[in-house]
Amino acid sequence: MKTLALSFRYLWSRPLAALLNLLLLTLGLASITFVLLASEQLDRAFERDLAGIDLVVGAKGSPMQLILAGVFHIDVPPGNIPLAQVRQLAQHPQVAQVIPLSLGDSFRGFRIVGTSPDYLAHYRLQLADGRAWQAPLEAVVGAHVAQDTGLRPGHAFAGSHGIAGGGAGHGEHPYRVTGVLAPCGCVADRLVLTSIESVWEVHEHRQEQHDGQAQEDDARREVTMALVRYRTPLAAASLPRWVNTTTGMQAAAPAVEVSRLLRMVGVGADVLRGFGAVLLATAALGVFIALWNAVRERRADLAMLRMLGARPAKVAALLLCEAWWLALLASALGLAAGHALAGIVGAMLQAQRSLPVTGGLWLAQELWIPAAALTVATLAALIPAASAYRVDVAELLNAR
Amino acid sequence: MIRTGSLRYEYPRGPALAFPDVAVTQGATLLLRGNSGSGKSTWLALAAGLLTPAGGEVVVAGQRLGDLSGPARDRWRARHLGFLPQRLHLSQALTVAGNLGLAFYAAGLPEDRAAVQAALEALGVAHLAQRRPSQLSGGQAQRVALARSVLLRPAVILADEPTASLDDAAAAAALALLREAAARSQATLVIATHDRRVQQALPGAAVVLLAAPARETAA
Repeated sequence: MKTLALSFRYLWSRPLAALLNLLLLTLGLASITFVLLASEQLDRAFERDLAGIDLVVGAKGSPMQLILAGVFHIDVPPGNIPLAQVRQLAQHPQVAQVIPLSLGDSFRGFRIVGTSPDYLAHYRLQLADGRAWQAPLEAVVGAHVAQDTGLRPGHAFAGSHGIAGGGAGHGEHPYRVTGVLAPCGCVADRLVLTSIESVWEVHEHRQEQHDGQAQEDDARREVTMALVRYRTPLAAASLPRWVNTTTGMQAAAPAVEVSRLLRMVGVGADVLRGFGAVLLATAALGVFIALWNAVRERRADLAMLRMLGARPAKVAALLLCEAWWLALLASALGLAAGHALAGIVGAMLQAQRSLPVTGGLWLAQELWIPAAALTVATLAALIPAASAYRVDVAELLNAR
Repeated sequence: MIRTGSLRYEYPRGPALAFPDVAVTQGATLLLRGNSGSGKSTWLALAAGLLTPAGGEVVVAGQRLGDLSGPARDRWRARHLGFLPQRLHLSQALTVAGNLGLAFYAAGLPEDRAAVQAALEALGVAHLAQRRPSQLSGGQAQRVALARSVLLRPAVILADEPTASLDDAAAAAALALLREAAARSQATLVIATHDRRVQQALPGAAVVLLAAPARETAA
């Protein structure tokens, strides 16, 4: 107990050195905390949004783009596909369910997604307020959307053309909000969901105004993509190839694309992790140098302790405690800084209507942070502490 | 009391030192005289149990030091030995009171603040208890260091060159303080010095003259 208090005094008797070492250790631990938090949340977000979707079918183009646009809603879709072909796909014996999606409009940066009620069921979305859409131009908004825009059941809003926002308005076709979704922690939080007919109505009217054509018949209607669930796992072997070769559409398996994406993002995470490790190693070196200097400066103090009757172990423990103080303080500060950083990045991503990252999540793996800090501090303190064992009494007795 | 018999010490790759036999009674004063290199520091370290002799024996305050294991020797030193180093070695990280408290910490005893205060008062430096050692004058610092050495009422006080770099008046005052402090705890006082003034000031003290070894190599 007294050793702890005394080592704390010794540590802060050189405030500048103590602060600099604390800063070094904190930076290393904070960056590792941040990498842990961000990569874990990214993994979780992908897993949650994938939720049982086996295949995404859309227009020819990049399969990655198809997944990013259709499942995570963070990229533009490649193009449209004929509704008739989607209906044909739904008849395929290996397909259990097809959920059509129609993208193209947005409200203040939040995408308006035309779909079927199956979408709500698939993600097990609950309504916090109001009811689901029943007629065209009725819409349900996600929790983030409601929070950000203040939309409530009964409110009306007009979508704008283009999914990034800022396109031409569809003022003549306002949507009416019928419900607000409960937060799900998934992609639906930042979507406006409506019936697929709403999207047709908004856009066909537009064409009618431009071209003077009558409403197009069902056969010429289009959707942007379709989310597919297999009836049997065997479908994974044949259905994507069937779609890609016999239809004008493209099939992309989310599992494949996501693992490809994570491999690419993973390099970034590895770089960050490596960077954190280098910082940590630097910090360890800093602590080592600080303690080494402390031992040299206090050689006489330590020898005096021996003269006063302290066992060598007690003198070594004093040094070790000094290092542990640094480690504990740096762990607390590093964890706090890592979470704050994740919170800031999360706020920035949310402003861009992108992936959800929060600083409020605490992971079990974070217990490794104080463990790593203590290990680093102990290693750095070992040699100085060992030299405390060999404190030279001549140091104490000679005049010089 | 202190008694040594055929005491020898050998430094690895250094000189071998042989010390004359010493016998002082409890409460007496011993002067350890000799030039630098004559082994005063080594003798003090041997008497404190910090070094193990190559031959012979040391008995301090009735304890044969060779009979004690390392940790036991540390415990014994904490309880029975007071030490006044020449450079005082007050820790700058702690207050004056904290420096005295360190003696309790090193001995593994609970800190007795009343005893700390009493020891500082006895040497007239109680008002400096909350100062840092760097804020003290040389004389004040020596009083504080002396207070630390007598804090646990030791049986033996070892003082290393207590008058070095002091003028005549200050040297006389320092020696008087040492004698008073030793007398208060009825401690045997050992003063290692090469200063002639010490012997003149303490005519009743026993004197041991240490000679440098024949083949001198180290300081």
